[in-house]
Amino acid sequence: MTFINYAAREINCKIVYYGPGLGGKTTNIQVIYDKTGNGAKGKLISLATESERTLFFDFLPIELGTIRGFRTRFHLYTVPGQVFYDASRKLILKGVDGVVFVADSQEPRIDANVESIRNLRENLRDQGYALEKVPYVLQLNKRDLPSAMPVADLVTALRQKDEPVFEAVAPKGIGVFETLKAVVKNVLVDLKNR
Amino acid sequence: MAVSDLVLLEADHTRFSGVLDRLRRDANAKVVFLIDKNGQQLASSGDLSGLDPTSLASLTAGNVAATDGLAKLLGEREFSILFHEGEHDNLHINIVAGKAILVVLFDEHSSLGLVRLRVKKATGELAVIVDEIVSRSQSARAGAGSHLAPFAEITDEDIDALFN
Repeated sequence: MTFINYAAREINCKIVYYGPGLGGKTTNIQVIYDKTGNGAKGKLISLATESERTLFFDFLPIELGTIRGFRTRFHLYTVPGQVFYDASRKLILKGVDGVVFVADSQEPRIDANVESIRNLRENLRDQGYALEKVPYVLQLNKRDLPSAMPVADLVTALRQKDEPVFEAVAPKGIGVFETLKAVVKNVLVDLKNR
Repeated sequence: MAVSDLVLLEADHTRFSGVLDRLRRDANAKVVFLIDKNGQQLASSGDLSGLDPTSLASLTAGNVAATDGLAKLLGEREFSILFHEGEHDNLHINIVAGKAILVVLFDEHSSLGLVRLRVKKATGELAVIVDEIVSRSQSARAGAGSHLAPFAEITDEDIDALFN
Protein backbone atom coordinates (compact mmCIF):
# COMPACT_ATOMS: atom_id res chain seq x y z
CA MET A 1 0.00 0.00 0.00
CA THR A 2 1.87 3.05 -1.23
CA PHE A 3 1.37 6.16 0.88
CA ILE A 4 1.33 9.33 -1.21
CA ASN A 5 1.65 12.42 0.92
CA TYR A 6 0.78 15.54 -1.08
CA ALA A 7 1.30 17.75 1.97
CA ALA A 8 4.94 16.66 2.36
CA ARG A 9 5.40 15.84 -1.38
CA GLU A 10 6.53 12.29 -0.56
CA ILE A 11 5.90 8.79 -1.83
CA ASN A 12 6.39 6.19 0.89
CA CYS A 13 6.74 2.51 0.00
CA LYS A 14 7.28 -0.57 2.13
CA ILE A 15 9.68 -3.32 1.10
CA VAL A 16 9.92 -6.56 3.05
CA TYR A 17 12.91 -8.92 3.03
CA TYR A 18 11.57 -12.45 3.47
CA GLY A 19 13.27 -15.84 3.66
CA PRO A 20 14.37 -18.71 5.88
CA GLY A 21 16.20 -18.21 9.17
CA LEU A 22 19.90 -17.28 9.01
CA GLY A 23 19.61 -16.62 5.27
CA GLY A 24 21.04 -13.07 5.43
CA LYS A 25 17.99 -10.77 5.49
CA THR A 26 19.32 -8.68 8.36
CA THR A 27 22.79 -8.63 6.77
CA ASN A 28 21.28 -7.15 3.59
CA ILE A 29 19.71 -4.32 5.57
CA GLN A 30 22.87 -3.81 7.63
CA VAL A 31 24.98 -3.45 4.46
CA ILE A 32 22.49 -0.97 2.98
CA TYR A 33 22.69 1.00 6.22
CA ASP A 34 26.52 0.94 6.29
CA LYS A 35 26.91 2.01 2.67
CA THR A 36 24.21 4.68 2.50
CA GLY A 37 25.11 8.31 3.18
CA ASN A 38 23.86 9.89 6.41
CA GLY A 39 21.48 12.26 4.66
CA ALA A 40 19.67 9.44 2.90
CA LYS A 41 19.02 7.06 5.76
CA GLY A 42 17.31 6.97 9.12
CA LYS A 43 18.09 4.85 12.14
CA LEU A 44 18.47 1.11 11.76
CA ILE A 45 16.22 -0.55 14.30
CA SER A 46 16.66 -4.22 15.12
CA LEU A 47 14.23 -5.97 17.39
CA ALA A 48 16.41 -9.00 18.03
CA THR A 49 17.01 -11.62 20.71
CA GLU A 50 20.15 -11.58 22.87
CA SER A 51 21.75 -13.96 20.36
CA GLU A 52 21.04 -11.46 17.54
CA ARG A 53 18.29 -13.49 15.91
CA THR A 54 15.50 -11.28 14.59
CA LEU A 55 12.62 -11.38 17.08
CA PHE A 56 10.10 -9.08 15.43
CA PHE A 57 11.65 -7.03 12.62
CA ASP A 58 14.55 -4.87 11.47
CA PHE A 59 13.60 -1.49 10.09
CA LEU A 60 15.57 0.95 7.95
CA PRO A 61 14.08 4.02 6.26
CA ILE A 62 16.01 5.26 3.20
CA GLU A 63 15.43 8.08 0.77
CA LEU A 64 16.46 7.71 -2.85
CA GLY A 65 15.82 11.06 -4.46
CA THR A 66 13.07 12.99 -6.15
CA ILE A 67 10.74 11.79 -8.84
CA ARG A 68 8.19 14.13 -10.43
CA GLY A 69 8.67 16.54 -7.51
CA PHE A 70 8.03 13.87 -4.89
CA ARG A 71 10.71 12.57 -2.52
CA THR A 72 10.84 8.77 -2.72
CA ARG A 73 11.14 7.12 0.68
CA PHE A 74 11.40 3.39 1.19
CA HIS A 75 10.84 1.63 4.46
CA LEU A 76 12.84 -1.60 4.48
CA TYR A 77 11.72 -4.33 6.86
CA THR A 78 12.97 -7.84 7.49
CA VAL A 79 10.84 -10.60 8.98
CA PRO A 80 12.05 -13.12 11.57
CA GLY A 81 12.97 -16.21 9.55
CA GLN A 82 12.55 -18.82 12.23
CA VAL A 83 9.50 -21.00 11.58
CA PHE A 84 7.78 -20.39 14.92
CA TYR A 85 7.59 -16.61 14.43
CA ASP A 86 4.90 -16.92 11.77
CA ALA A 87 2.42 -14.62 13.52
CA SER A 88 5.01 -11.81 13.43
CA ARG A 89 5.83 -12.43 9.76
CA LYS A 90 2.18 -12.09 8.86
CA LEU A 91 1.94 -8.70 10.63
CA ILE A 92 4.99 -7.30 8.88
CA LEU A 93 3.57 -8.07 5.43
CA LYS A 94 0.66 -5.69 6.08
CA GLY A 95 0.73 -2.84 3.57
CA VAL A 96 3.72 -4.25 1.66
CA ASP A 97 4.62 -2.77 -1.75
CA GLY A 98 7.47 -5.08 -2.72
CA VAL A 99 9.14 -8.27 -1.49
CA VAL A 100 12.74 -9.49 -1.68
CA PHE A 101 13.13 -13.21 -1.05
CA VAL A 102 16.59 -13.89 0.36
CA ALA A 103 17.32 -17.54 -0.35
CA ASP A 104 20.15 -19.45 1.31
CA SER A 105 22.12 -21.12 -1.51
CA GLN A 106 23.48 -23.95 0.66
CA GLU A 107 22.21 -27.37 -0.35
CA PRO A 108 21.04 -28.40 3.15
CA ARG A 109 18.79 -25.30 3.21
CA ILE A 110 16.86 -25.97 0.01
CA ASP A 111 13.84 -27.39 1.86
CA ALA A 112 13.82 -24.37 4.20
CA ASN A 113 13.81 -22.05 1.16
CA VAL A 114 10.93 -23.89 -0.48
CA GLU A 115 8.93 -23.91 2.75
CA SER A 116 9.57 -20.19 3.31
CA ILE A 117 8.30 -19.29 -0.18
CA ARG A 118 5.20 -21.40 0.43
CA ASN A 119 4.74 -19.56 3.72
CA LEU A 120 5.23 -16.17 1.99
CA ARG A 121 2.57 -17.02 -0.57
CA GLU A 122 0.12 -18.04 2.16
CA ASN A 123 0.80 -15.00 4.37
CA LEU A 124 0.48 -12.62 1.43
CA ARG A 125 -2.85 -14.21 0.58
CA ASP A 126 -4.02 -13.67 4.17
CA GLN A 127 -3.25 -9.95 3.76
CA GLY A 128 -5.15 -9.74 0.47
CA TYR A 129 -2.21 -9.99 -1.97
CA ALA A 130 -1.25 -12.51 -4.63
CA LEU A 131 2.46 -13.23 -5.03
CA GLU A 132 1.97 -13.12 -8.82
CA LYS A 133 0.96 -9.44 -8.60
CA VAL A 134 3.37 -8.18 -5.95
CA PRO A 135 6.68 -6.63 -7.11
CA TYR A 136 9.10 -9.41 -6.24
CA VAL A 137 12.82 -10.16 -6.51
CA LEU A 138 14.73 -13.37 -5.75
CA GLN A 139 18.19 -13.09 -4.20
CA LEU A 140 20.42 -16.18 -4.06
CA ASN A 141 22.62 -15.39 -1.08
CA LYS A 142 25.76 -17.09 0.28
CA ARG A 143 27.18 -17.79 -3.19
CA ASP A 144 30.70 -17.96 -1.70
CA LEU A 145 30.03 -21.02 0.45
CA PRO A 146 31.36 -24.40 -0.71
CA SER A 147 27.98 -26.09 -0.27
CA ALA A 148 26.19 -23.53 -2.48
CA MET A 149 24.01 -25.24 -5.10
CA PRO A 150 24.37 -24.33 -8.80
CA VAL A 151 22.39 -21.20 -9.70
CA ALA A 152 20.40 -23.03 -12.38
CA ASP A 153 19.18 -25.63 -9.86
CA LEU A 154 18.16 -22.95 -7.37
CA VAL A 155 16.32 -20.98 -10.03
CA THR A 156 14.45 -24.11 -11.11
CA ALA A 157 13.46 -24.85 -7.51
CA LEU A 158 12.70 -21.34 -6.27
CA ARG A 159 11.72 -18.99 -9.06
CA GLN A 160 8.00 -18.22 -8.83
CA LYS A 161 7.32 -16.11 -11.91
CA ASP A 162 9.54 -14.01 -14.15
CA GLU A 163 11.12 -12.21 -11.17
CA PRO A 164 14.67 -10.86 -11.44
CA VAL A 165 17.27 -13.13 -9.82
CA PHE A 166 20.49 -11.87 -8.20
CA GLU A 167 23.47 -13.73 -6.83
CA ALA A 168 24.77 -12.29 -3.58
CA VAL A 169 27.34 -12.53 -0.84
CA ALA A 170 25.63 -10.16 1.57
CA PRO A 171 28.40 -9.65 4.19
CA LYS A 172 30.71 -8.49 1.37
CA GLY A 173 28.00 -6.29 -0.12
CA ILE A 174 27.93 -8.30 -3.35
CA GLY A 175 24.48 -8.23 -4.97
CA VAL A 176 22.86 -6.26 -2.13
CA PHE A 177 22.31 -2.97 -3.94
CA GLU A 178 21.50 -4.68 -7.23
CA THR A 179 18.68 -6.48 -5.43
CA LEU A 180 17.46 -3.28 -3.78
CA LYS A 181 17.49 -1.39 -7.07
CA ALA A 182 15.52 -4.13 -8.80
CA VAL A 183 12.78 -4.21 -6.18
CA VAL A 184 12.55 -0.40 -6.04
CA LYS A 185 12.25 -0.30 -9.81
CA ASN A 186 9.53 -2.95 -9.79
CA VAL A 187 7.61 -1.08 -7.09
CA LEU A 188 7.73 2.21 -9.02
CA VAL A 189 6.76 0.53 -12.31
CA ASP A 190 3.86 -1.09 -10.48
CA LEU A 191 2.79 2.33 -9.16
CA LYS A 192 3.05 3.79 -12.64
CA ASN A 193 0.92 1.04 -14.17
CA ARG A 194 -1.95 1.28 -11.69
CA MET B 1 -3.15 -5.35 -5.76
CA ALA B 2 -6.21 -5.77 -3.58
CA VAL B 3 -5.23 -3.10 -1.06
CA SER B 4 -5.93 0.57 -1.80
CA ASP B 5 -3.16 3.13 -1.68
CA LEU B 6 -3.42 5.89 0.87
CA VAL B 7 -3.40 9.43 -0.50
CA LEU B 8 -3.04 12.33 1.90
CA LEU B 9 -3.89 15.74 0.40
CA GLU B 10 -2.78 19.08 1.83
CA ALA B 11 -6.32 19.80 2.96
CA ASP B 12 -6.39 16.52 4.93
CA HIS B 13 -3.10 17.38 6.54
CA THR B 14 -4.38 20.81 7.55
CA ARG B 15 -7.50 19.32 9.12
CA PHE B 16 -5.49 16.68 11.00
CA SER B 17 -3.05 19.33 12.22
CA GLY B 18 -5.88 21.50 13.51
CA VAL B 19 -7.26 18.67 15.66
CA LEU B 20 -3.80 17.58 16.84
CA ASP B 21 -2.75 21.14 17.78
CA ARG B 22 -5.86 21.56 19.88
CA LEU B 23 -5.44 18.15 21.50
CA ARG B 24 -1.84 18.91 22.42
CA ARG B 25 -2.85 22.19 24.04
CA ASP B 26 -5.92 20.85 25.84
CA ALA B 27 -4.12 17.74 27.09
CA ASN B 28 -0.98 19.69 28.01
CA ALA B 29 1.02 17.13 26.04
CA LYS B 30 4.55 17.46 24.63
CA VAL B 31 3.97 15.90 21.24
CA VAL B 32 0.97 14.40 19.50
CA PHE B 33 1.06 12.53 16.25
CA LEU B 34 -1.13 10.50 14.00
CA ILE B 35 0.18 7.56 11.97
CA ASP B 36 -1.42 4.96 9.77
CA LYS B 37 -1.48 1.31 10.83
CA ASN B 38 1.46 0.56 8.54
CA GLY B 39 3.70 3.02 10.36
CA GLN B 40 3.55 6.06 8.07
CA GLN B 41 3.26 9.42 9.79
CA LEU B 42 0.19 11.41 8.71
CA ALA B 43 0.49 14.55 10.85
CA SER B 44 1.99 15.79 14.10
CA SER B 45 1.93 18.64 16.58
CA GLY B 46 4.63 19.76 18.99
CA ASP B 47 8.40 19.97 19.05
CA LEU B 48 9.79 16.92 17.28
CA SER B 49 13.44 17.92 17.65
CA GLY B 50 15.32 15.21 19.50
CA LEU B 51 12.72 12.68 18.43
CA ASP B 52 13.00 10.35 15.46
CA PRO B 53 9.44 10.45 14.11
CA THR B 54 10.02 7.81 11.40
CA SER B 55 11.31 5.22 13.87
CA LEU B 56 8.69 6.19 16.43
CA ALA B 57 5.93 5.67 13.85
CA SER B 58 7.29 2.32 12.70
CA LEU B 59 7.75 0.95 16.22
CA THR B 60 4.34 2.21 17.34
CA ALA B 61 2.71 0.50 14.36
CA GLY B 62 4.61 -2.71 15.19
CA ASN B 63 3.52 -2.42 18.79
CA VAL B 64 -0.14 -1.93 17.81
CA ALA B 65 0.04 -4.76 15.26
CA ALA B 66 1.44 -7.15 17.88
CA THR B 67 -1.23 -6.07 20.37
CA ASP B 68 -3.90 -6.59 17.70
CA GLY B 69 -2.53 -10.09 17.21
CA LEU B 70 -2.83 -10.73 20.94
CA ALA B 71 -6.41 -9.43 20.97
CA LYS B 72 -7.39 -11.78 18.14
CA LEU B 73 -5.82 -14.72 19.96
CA LEU B 74 -7.98 -13.90 22.98
CA GLY B 75 -11.14 -13.44 20.89
CA GLU B 76 -11.22 -9.64 21.29
CA ARG B 77 -11.84 -7.40 18.27
CA GLU B 78 -9.03 -5.09 19.35
CA PHE B 79 -7.33 -3.58 22.37
CA SER B 80 -8.01 0.01 21.46
CA ILE B 81 -5.76 1.74 24.02
CA LEU B 82 -2.13 1.15 24.95
CA PHE B 83 -0.35 3.04 27.71
CA HIS B 84 3.37 3.04 28.41
CA GLU B 85 4.54 4.68 31.61
CA GLY B 86 8.12 5.89 31.88
CA GLU B 87 10.11 7.62 34.58
CA HIS B 88 9.69 11.01 32.88
CA ASP B 89 7.63 10.56 29.75
CA ASN B 90 4.54 8.51 29.02
CA LEU B 91 2.94 7.34 25.82
CA HIS B 92 -0.78 7.05 25.27
CA ILE B 93 -1.64 5.18 22.08
CA ASN B 94 -5.10 4.55 20.68
CA ILE B 95 -6.66 3.37 17.46
CA VAL B 96 -8.70 5.77 15.33
CA ALA B 97 -11.45 4.39 13.08
CA GLY B 98 -9.62 1.05 12.91
CA LYS B 99 -7.16 2.55 10.42
CA ALA B 100 -4.95 5.12 12.14
CA ILE B 101 -3.10 5.40 15.43
CA LEU B 102 -3.07 8.47 17.67
CA VAL B 103 0.03 8.84 19.85
CA VAL B 104 0.26 11.30 22.74
CA LEU B 105 3.60 11.89 24.48
CA PHE B 106 3.24 13.62 27.84
CA ASP B 107 5.15 14.20 31.06
CA GLU B 108 4.38 15.32 34.61
CA HIS B 109 2.72 18.50 33.34
CA SER B 110 -0.28 16.39 32.40
CA SER B 111 -1.99 13.26 33.67
CA LEU B 112 -3.35 10.06 32.23
CA GLY B 113 -6.89 11.08 33.16
CA LEU B 114 -6.67 14.41 31.34
CA VAL B 115 -5.06 12.80 28.29
CA ARG B 116 -7.73 10.12 28.10
CA LEU B 117 -10.49 12.71 28.35
CA ARG B 118 -9.08 14.94 25.60
CA VAL B 119 -8.10 12.01 23.38
CA LYS B 120 -11.66 10.73 23.41
CA LYS B 121 -13.01 13.92 21.83
CA ALA B 122 -10.17 14.28 19.35
CA THR B 123 -10.47 10.63 18.28
CA GLY B 124 -14.05 11.20 17.14
CA GLU B 125 -13.02 14.19 15.03
CA LEU B 126 -10.01 12.42 13.56
CA ALA B 127 -12.11 9.35 12.74
CA VAL B 128 -14.37 11.43 10.49
CA ILE B 129 -11.35 12.65 8.48
CA VAL B 130 -9.74 9.20 8.35
CA ASP B 131 -12.99 7.65 7.06
CA GLU B 132 -13.22 10.30 4.34
CA ILE B 133 -9.64 9.66 3.20
CA VAL B 134 -10.14 5.91 3.15
CA SER B 135 -13.39 6.07 1.20
CA ARG B 136 -11.85 8.56 -1.24
CA SER B 137 -8.84 6.25 -1.75
CA GLN B 138 -11.15 3.31 -2.35
CA SER B 139 -13.32 5.16 -4.86
CA ALA B 140 -10.20 6.48 -6.62
CA ARG B 141 -9.07 2.89 -6.92
CA ALA B 142 -12.40 1.82 -8.38
CA GLY B 143 -12.43 4.76 -10.76
CA ALA B 144 -9.73 6.70 -12.51
CA GLY B 145 -7.30 6.95 -9.59
CA SER B 146 -6.73 10.63 -10.28
CA HIS B 147 -4.41 11.12 -7.31
CA LEU B 148 -2.00 8.61 -8.82
CA ALA B 149 -1.94 10.63 -12.04
CA PRO B 150 1.49 12.23 -11.53
CA PHE B 151 3.01 8.78 -11.30
CA ALA B 152 1.42 7.45 -14.47
CA GLU B 153 3.98 9.56 -16.31
CA ILE B 154 7.04 8.17 -14.55
CA THR B 155 9.55 7.08 -17.16
CA ASP B 156 12.27 4.44 -16.96
CA GLU B 157 14.76 7.32 -17.08
CA ASP B 158 13.19 8.87 -13.96
CA ILE B 159 13.62 5.58 -12.12
CA ASP B 160 17.17 5.03 -13.33
CA ALA B 161 18.06 8.59 -12.31
CA LEU B 162 17.28 7.71 -8.68
CA PHE B 163 20.29 5.43 -8.62
CA ASN B 164 22.80 7.69 -10.30
